[in-house]
Amino acid sequence: MVQVMEDVRVEKHSAAALIDRTTGIQAEDVHAWFDKLHALRGISMTIAERQVTAIIGPSGCGKSTFLRCLNRMHELVPGARASGRVLVDGGDIYSPNVDPVEVRRRVGMVFQKPNPFPTMSIYDNVAAGLKLAGERNRKTLDQVVEQSLHAAALWEEVKDRLQKPGTSLSGGQQQRLCIARALAVSPEVLLMDEPASALDPASTLRIEELARELAKDITIVIVTHNMQQAARVSVETGFFLDGELIEFGSTNDIFTRPKERRTEDYITGRFG
Amino acid sequence: MAVNVVGAARSSVRATGDRVFQLLLASMAAGIPLIMGLMLVALVAAARPAIERFGVGFLSGSTWDPVAGEFGVLPFIYGTLVSSALALLISVPLGIGTAVFLSELAPGWLRSPVRFLVELLAAIPSVVYGLWGIFVLVPWVRTVLTPALKGTLGFLPLFTGPPLGIGMLTAGLILSVMVVPFIVAVSTEVMRAVPRSQREAALALGATTWETTRKAVIPYARSGIVGAIFLALARALGETMAVTMVIGNVPQIKASLLAPAYTVSAVIANEFAEATQDLYVAALVYAGLALFLVTVIVNILARVLVFRVARGPGLIRE
Amino acid sequence: MSFLCTVAVLAPLFLILAFLARTGLGALNWDFFTKIPGAAGEAGGGMANAIAGTVVLIGLAGLLGVPLGVLGGLYMAEYPNARLTTLARFTADVMNGVPSIVMGLFAYVLVVLPLRHFSALSGGVALGVMLVPTVMRTTEEIVRLVPQSFREASLALGIPQWKTILRVVVPTAAAGIVTGIMVGMARIAGETAPLLFTAFGNRFWNWNIMQPIAALPLQIFSYAISPFDDWHRQAWAGALVLVAIVLLVNIAARAAAARQVKLR
Repeated sequence: MVQVMEDVRVEKHSAAALIDRTTGIQAEDVHAWFDKLHALRGISMTIAERQVTAIIGPSGCGKSTFLRCLNRMHELVPGARASGRVLVDGGDIYSPNVDPVEVRRRVGMVFQKPNPFPTMSIYDNVAAGLKLAGERNRKTLDQVVEQSLHAAALWEEVKDRLQKPGTSLSGGQQQRLCIARALAVSPEVLLMDEPASALDPASTLRIEELARELAKDITIVIVTHNMQQAARVSVETGFFLDGELIEFGSTNDIFTRPKERRTEDYITGRFG
Repeated sequence: MAVNVVGAARSSVRATGDRVFQLLLASMAAGIPLIMGLMLVALVAAARPAIERFGVGFLSGSTWDPVAGEFGVLPFIYGTLVSSALALLISVPLGIGTAVFLSELAPGWLRSPVRFLVELLAAIPSVVYGLWGIFVLVPWVRTVLTPALKGTLGFLPLFTGPPLGIGMLTAGLILSVMVVPFIVAVSTEVMRAVPRSQREAALALGATTWETTRKAVIPYARSGIVGAIFLALARALGETMAVTMVIGNVPQIKASLLAPAYTVSAVIANEFAEATQDLYVAALVYAGLALFLVTVIVNILARVLVFRVARGPGLIRE
Repeated sequence: MSFLCTVAVLAPLFLILAFLARTGLGALNWDFFTKIPGAAGEAGGGMANAIAGTVVLIGLAGLLGVPLGVLGGLYMAEYPNARLTTLARFTADVMNGVPSIVMGLFAYVLVVLPLRHFSALSGGVALGVMLVPTVMRTTEEIVRLVPQSFREASLALGIPQWKTILRVVVPTAAAGIVTGIMVGMARIAGETAPLLFTAFGNRFWNWNIMQPIAALPLQIFSYAISPFDDWHRQAWAGALVLVAIVLLVNIAARAAAARQVKLR
């Protein structure tokens, strides 16, 4: 009896219902350019599955650029290109016969400033990925919307006003809406680009809590300029500087026993 | 339970979707240069009989005699140029003055309504201006303005001749009302685009508001203002209905502003529908072609000047 | 002094509006909206066919101008660095400054000559050609304002670019696009010169687009230059209706613009 009830709880409140499979990411010698600017230099990194991996570093170090190389968003900027291999579930997403659109469905992203679609309701926002991919079945959509909002810890707050505009929510709620929207297409990895930097402290903590919770079911990579956040949230951390990966290791090690001088300087606030 | 979307198999379909859509949009965008090119070709083709017959002498000939088959458009060019020049003479100072008011002096709450009213001026159709011109402006010019001008400046050859009401002066007046919104709109925008630092530097040196405007704002915005003048000129050159309703439509070159005249656009408007012989039609199209080319050139010059200072005429869509 | 300039500039506006109201209102009656013109010199009759004709002409112009203008403007906004975009933008701006009578000449050569007679179709083409650059530029401007973040969010969901444009960008900019179309149409509704030898005018009812058709500005013009007082009064009434339409559309456009999703 107790067992069944536990399953029901797992069904409703975590992302497990949505996420079919999740996987780690293996980056091998990734370079990225903006026209002539060499923004990333040979990044190689292993992102383990089912955990939060953080990427830290001062402004302009290339952490967001690297994140965008993981879901082939980087190349959308005119004049931008990338090279190297990025293995998601063993397959290189940069291999020539791979559809970048499909990659972006498999590797989801949440952005710094919450950006719910302004002309859509809360429901439509979450369902957007599915609807625009052609899903028409009302029941399916209803179910996925509910599961996504549960996974994003937003369901209770919006269940009675799903038809209200997405923009009628507060900043923190909008960001959780964006997370729900990203989860609704059942990605294998979720990338978060400074997801809380535009939010107030209370909302920030909720997002961090959500990230830890989601990581039980889906791999999370989070870029942050806030070192304390990285320390709170992640299991492993990578430190970037000037387009290079300086050091990568368990979060604990990075923050208490960094191997590189530059890492130590950054952590102790000597620059950045 | 999750929704699974088929992977690589759809990739080529999707890439094609993007490509097709991009091509569709591109073909629509290409429509505009194509239409413009087509217009040029069509006009030249229709004007060819007249171009071959008269050549460039068309523009310097002063006889317009459809019956005899003689077509020279100098009187119309004269009418177009003088009426436009007159319009600019009146509208430029008034327009810049209004722009100064809007950009530097008007209190915030007054700006929006005044700009709206100026936009309204630009939105009134030409034929309505013409109607008002015939029944209000012409009588006023005949009974009030002309006697006043003759009384004071009647010794000038500019103001000789009977007070008809219709004529070059009235055309210039109505044109000035019609083009002033463009001067105001563009000048206001270029003046507001002048960085605060320029104004502040002048004020810090002890200049009054008027001196600041004169010495710091206007010189900086100068090329934009000249651009505005060119835009207004292009507009005045091409204006048809209001002009033809008040200018008298007599193809002649007279010194007096009180004499009736005729413009290129007016003669096309009045005579095209009736023109029967091929040469007549071709001559009118030739005149239209000349007008087209001149306004295009003036317009290009205007935009080059305006874009150097401000983002472009945003207030008023021509 | 600049205040005086402002007063001088705005004075004709008030004078014209006042005259329109005074003289025009007096001649507005039920007949005006329901009857067609009477015989020359006779009192009575109206401009019903002219009003209908203007609606038909705007409809034709819209068919030509709106798809071309909106889709072209979309292209320019989504691919701002393309060479075609620079060319199209430049051409559109130049075309916006071409005298409207030249557009009439173009439509004449293109449509009237082959058909050998005047027609509503040729009038629609002349007006449509004027509508395209206006709508293209306003569409481009409003779509460019749509923040990149919405496009990114959509693309990051695995939605292809063309769907992103159609289902996310366009709905976001929709109100602004519609505003631009309305303002463009108000402008061409008042144009007379391009219709003088294309649509040509018609004293009777006509719904056949291959035949000449009446139009409000054309009717106002021919009545204004006629020698009949009654027709003069009707010309004022027509002008009042025309300006009222233009005014209403401009106000509606502002209201629609206010409903536009804030993009800045």
